[in-house]
Amino acid sequence: MYAYDELDRTLINERVTEFRDQVKRRLSGELTEDEFKMLRLQNGVYLQLHAYMFRVAIPYGTLSSKQLRALAHVARRYDRGYGHFTTRQNIQFNWIKLAELPDALADLAEVGIHAMQTSGNNTRNVTSDQWAGVAPGEVEDPRIWSELLRQYTTLHPEFSFLPRKFKFAITASDHDRAAIKVHDIGLRLYKNEAGETGFEVLVGGGLGRTPFIGKTIKPFVHGHDLLSYVEAILRVYNQYGRRDNIYKARIKILVHELGIEKFAKEVEEEWLQMRDSALAIDDSVIEDIRSRFSYPAYEKLPHMPEELKKAAHDPHFEAWRKNSVAPHKVPGYSIVTLSLKPVGGPPGDATADQMDAIADLADKYSFGEIRVGHEQNLALPHVARRDLPVLWKALDKIGVATPNVNLVSDIIACPGLDYCSLANARSIPIAQELTRRFANHETANMIGRLHVNISGCINACGHHHVGHIGILGVEKNGEEFYQITIGGRADEKAEVGTLIGPAVPYGEVADVVEDIVEAYLALRARPDELFIDTVKRLGVEPFKERVYATR
Amino acid sequence: MPLVKGGKITTDPLILVADEADIPGEGAILISAARFLGDAEALSLRAGRTAVIWPNNRDVDDLVPYLGRLAAVALVFPTFRDGRAYSQARLLRERHGFKGELRATGQVLRDQFVFMLRAGFDAFEVKKQSDAEAFAATVKRYSVFYQPTGDGRITALHRRMQLRHSESAGQ
Repeated sequence: MYAYDELDRTLINERVTEFRDQVKRRLSGELTEDEFKMLRLQNGVYLQLHAYMFRVAIPYGTLSSKQLRALAHVARRYDRGYGHFTTRQNIQFNWIKLAELPDALADLAEVGIHAMQTSGNNTRNVTSDQWAGVAPGEVEDPRIWSELLRQYTTLHPEFSFLPRKFKFAITASDHDRAAIKVHDIGLRLYKNEAGETGFEVLVGGGLGRTPFIGKTIKPFVHGHDLLSYVEAILRVYNQYGRRDNIYKARIKILVHELGIEKFAKEVEEEWLQMRDSALAIDDSVIEDIRSRFSYPAYEKLPHMPEELKKAAHDPHFEAWRKNSVAPHKVPGYSIVTLSLKPVGGPPGDATADQMDAIADLADKYSFGEIRVGHEQNLALPHVARRDLPVLWKALDKIGVATPNVNLVSDIIACPGLDYCSLANARSIPIAQELTRRFANHETANMIGRLHVNISGCINACGHHHVGHIGILGVEKNGEEFYQITIGGRADEKAEVGTLIGPAVPYGEVADVVEDIVEAYLALRARPDELFIDTVKRLGVEPFKERVYATR
Repeated sequence: MPLVKGGKITTDPLILVADEADIPGEGAILISAARFLGDAEALSLRAGRTAVIWPNNRDVDDLVPYLGRLAAVALVFPTFRDGRAYSQARLLRERHGFKGELRATGQVLRDQFVFMLRAGFDAFEVKKQSDAEAFAATVKRYSVFYQPTGDGRITALHRRMQLRHSESAGQ
């Protein structure tokens, strides 16, 4: 956990005061809606179909139990008793009242949470691996660098009015859980041959209307140079990114239009002029940030405690353990994923009561720490393996132990037409129907790892391009239709999925997904060949044939 | 439009001269970049002094040879959403060492003041009278800054380091 100091606290409080004044000026009519729009967006406030929506940042996906309780409090006090965890380590509240927003922000500021730059054309919440600091084999904790970037990007005087939004993600593991290749800047932390910490820097990844996989702009940027290099990228983008067309304004288009070599050259020229500026980071600065992250005092515990051996006889426990429990870097401990994808529920939602209960369980079993992943699930990162059986019972009781993590019903979905003013089609009911179709755990388990991602419009908040099966809602003659892609993925082998054919109507989406899954089961070379690997081996044709043969 | 300089609303000493109008023999003038570059040598050496409106889509490098002779550079925010002039301002101040007046023009609103000051602006053609009047109060909104820029405000990182050093020195 990162502990805010007096300076961080002061800045957040100053931001709350500023926003309170902005809201006051809007309510009094001193600010026009057009002027206020950008100001509220810079603080995570959207105007949606039914109400204002409020997006709160959870930097690099780390929360303390106290912070989670504050989110529960906001859900209960200012909203309708629940919140929605997004694909970028944020939480959204859908029914907030403008006049009450400053108070909600002030309540969150007390526990070191803010909503700065969770929307608008600026640098957004810096995201990272939800298993950072606990994943076996990780090079080092990427959150130290994420926090450095969080501070650097917060209220940046030069880059708060960029051509378009700008997202960072960082990973320090071989297996990329942070989807760095679909971010404006993706950072892969590793050590060079001299043992120095640095980053492979990727640029120009992104989804939306024109999906691109990020390209490597520099294979190794030393940790000392991270901020100056990032500033060089942002400065080139700020000056040359397109501002004439909102759909061509992301950095991915600039990189694509210039070509990565030319873009890299521009950045290099800029960087060489400032790498020794005040942005150069020395080790003491890194150490100072590192010193404000606290780590649990782990005990020496057995890998196979009696409690676990005994529980292994319960097939329900085992079904959950196999999908939800992952190895921890410390022997005797595990990382536990909490599924926010119950059968028939909207993906990523949690009620205030669930959040409070999870906070209590985190205090009891996970050193008071909770993580949020881009798959819209939560995790308890430091659970002693002996506590797994009792924790499972407690999680099951509050409805967050559905044994479907990474399975077909662990769906990523945007809020869609049920809430969002941009959407063309509904996402949530499609996800709900799919979770019912694949509710049988034996079947889902037999299918194995399969990511279904659903977006209700081309803006791709549900990351449909990089779903193993991607579902995109479009509107045709006033009706909801859905385009289906397969073969996408968001990890270290990131790829954009391929369209399998014409869009299908709302009522047929679940049938089509079932057809695709059945085709896979018939086509896979072995039971352990994953869906994504079968698609890679065979291409989309056999799936296409199966889906459209009878349509 | 009120001009804020030195933290106060002041009278604008610059005379805006349109491209087709004659250049007056005396007095400080403000002219377009195109006009200035048409005869940069002579205009920059004018006794009455010259200031230039520099568009936000033009590289500031072209202006660099004349910086030392200019009364002011006016950068442009066609809308407050267009942030290109923040980069231009920092380049002029921090890379090219421009010491003269750096003026923010266009849609300049209250909520940009702190960003603009940090980027190096020291004069503001403010869109609304009420915003201009609120200048002094608004720029005091923040006391903590995370990024180093040429404005000399000390960053949170460095304050922490100083604190650490003084703590360890006291031990």
